[in-house]
Amino acid sequence: MWALYALALLAALFAVVILSLSFGEISIPYKKIPQILADKESMEYGVLFYIRIPRTLLGFAIGGSLSLAGAILQGIYRNPLVEPYTLGISGGASLGVTFAIVAGLHLLNILFLPLAGFIGAFTTIFLVYTLSLKKGTLSVNRMLLIGVMISFISSSLMMFLMSITAAENIHGIVFWIMGSLNESNTTMVWVMVVLSVVCLLISYLFVMPLNALRLGEEKARHLGINSNVTIRILFIITSILTGACIAVAGVIGFVGLVIPHIVRLFVGSDYRIMLVSSFLSGSIFLILCDIIARTIISPNELPIGVITGITGGVVFIVLLSRSQKRSKLLQG
Amino acid sequence: MKELLTLNNFSCGYKDGFHITGINFSLAEGTFTGIIGPNGSGKTTLFRGISGDLPISCGSVVFEGKDLSMFTLREKAQKISIVSQFTETAHITVEEYVLMGRMPHRKPFQFFDKPEDIDIAHHYMQLTNTYRLRDKSMTELSGGEQQMASIASALCQKPTLLLLDEPTSHLDITHQMKFMNLIQRLNDELNLSVIMIIHDLTLAAEYCDYLIMMKNGKIHKKGSPETVLTYENIENVYDTVVVVKINPVSGKPVVFPVSERKLKELNKR
Repeated sequence: MWALYALALLAALFAVVILSLSFGEISIPYKKIPQILADKESMEYGVLFYIRIPRTLLGFAIGGSLSLAGAILQGIYRNPLVEPYTLGISGGASLGVTFAIVAGLHLLNILFLPLAGFIGAFTTIFLVYTLSLKKGTLSVNRMLLIGVMISFISSSLMMFLMSITAAENIHGIVFWIMGSLNESNTTMVWVMVVLSVVCLLISYLFVMPLNALRLGEEKARHLGINSNVTIRILFIITSILTGACIAVAGVIGFVGLVIPHIVRLFVGSDYRIMLVSSFLSGSIFLILCDIIARTIISPNELPIGVITGITGGVVFIVLLSRSQKRSKLLQG
Repeated sequence: MKELLTLNNFSCGYKDGFHITGINFSLAEGTFTGIIGPNGSGKTTLFRGISGDLPISCGSVVFEGKDLSMFTLREKAQKISIVSQFTETAHITVEEYVLMGRMPHRKPFQFFDKPEDIDIAHHYMQLTNTYRLRDKSMTELSGGEQQMASIASALCQKPTLLLLDEPTSHLDITHQMKFMNLIQRLNDELNLSVIMIIHDLTLAAEYCDYLIMMKNGKIHKKGSPETVLTYENIENVYDTVVVVKINPVSGKPVVFPVSERKLKELNKR
């Protein structure tokens, strides 16, 4: 059964990748793709190799990472409404990235951006976690509220940084806030792809602890799981994923909320299949969103964050209004 | 008889809150122990101290001749399983839930469940009469059924010591008896040691070899049911008038409550 799910998702991913490669300003029929790739002189080769392939790879990595981060966070907090965006982690990461741009760190080394994103993400996750601990127990409502507040504070600080910085930096910052898969630096694309796959593999070392955590930290401890260590390592993984995603593609909200939620309805809550399904579905979703973003008002391009934000926000509201009845089903 | 669990001058409790103090007792392997006492007397706190959920503030817990704090969580989970008062559920099937009990015995990188694990899970599901529910979601079960699934999961850990926190509280009398008989059978056949928090004093007297009576965070009395369940002890600890008689079949004490109206009538005479 699990193999079937994985195969179906891989097949869907393949189909979406082909779509993404052929759609665009210049339409490339999918049958021609192998032929074009063989002919390095043609214009289509340039379009494929320098524009669409990196973009599709980035969609794969970012979509997968954000969705994986959401799935892991929902597992830790036992709540379907948490994800990097709602917990303010995205806000913290974008503040880190903005700071790096304003300080000019990205001119020294391009890898400073993901690093700054990671530091921002990790600081936020740490703050949200410690501030929402009340007498040793975690209050999810408190945590979501603190997450929203941290988002506000981060965006105010970002506006402050934007108001004091040189005009040429502002364009870059606005680009990050809106989110886009348009990354010209191929090294960054590959760093992101490797990072996302490595994080997926590492997270698989913790599937059984995550499964046990579905029954709460105390029960997990009674089953011999060191919940504290597990949660801390998973926090670091989600911070790395979110921080890197935001540094490369800007704020792309709600992928981590919508995708794991839908995946859970289909494959169930066993993290052994949940994590990989979430990753693949996230990739599929984001590549699709990107196709829409760059074709809907062609030749102009919509920021991808607009599309994920609208779909995600609607799903969030629907979830919230149905949560009384559904929360049990979604937990775990 | 081998010593299984010894508590020496044990104290533990919540930060700036309730504490249990000066707890001393020692249990031999294979003992069926009951912990009794009124609400708020520290029964669950004692459990949480033994299970390691609460930090020990003083004294020690020695399990199988070794200080319990020397065990890793995994080693502890292979020896001691705990069934809490409230079953934590999630949207998973009963079978998946029971299989979680095999967690402490999984190899570090074991991804799939071994057929052996599934056999063990099915065995205990049949014993606890939850096998018929195996494909249902845990959230759809009644409180009693959830408790039985929780016991099945605990037994899958293959523990030497089973801690049960008020396991019969959600059960009707048929299921209560079935449950107590099941635990007694496991106690006899596998020499499984059991410590059970129990409110029903008559059931406690009938099934337990050893009783620990708690009051205000301290042990008030410990020993065999006959020595602990005297009307003086019960009236002292529970602040209620009772009559204690002997069950003609089992020879164990039975506790009868007496209503206020009846007491007034008796006093008038």
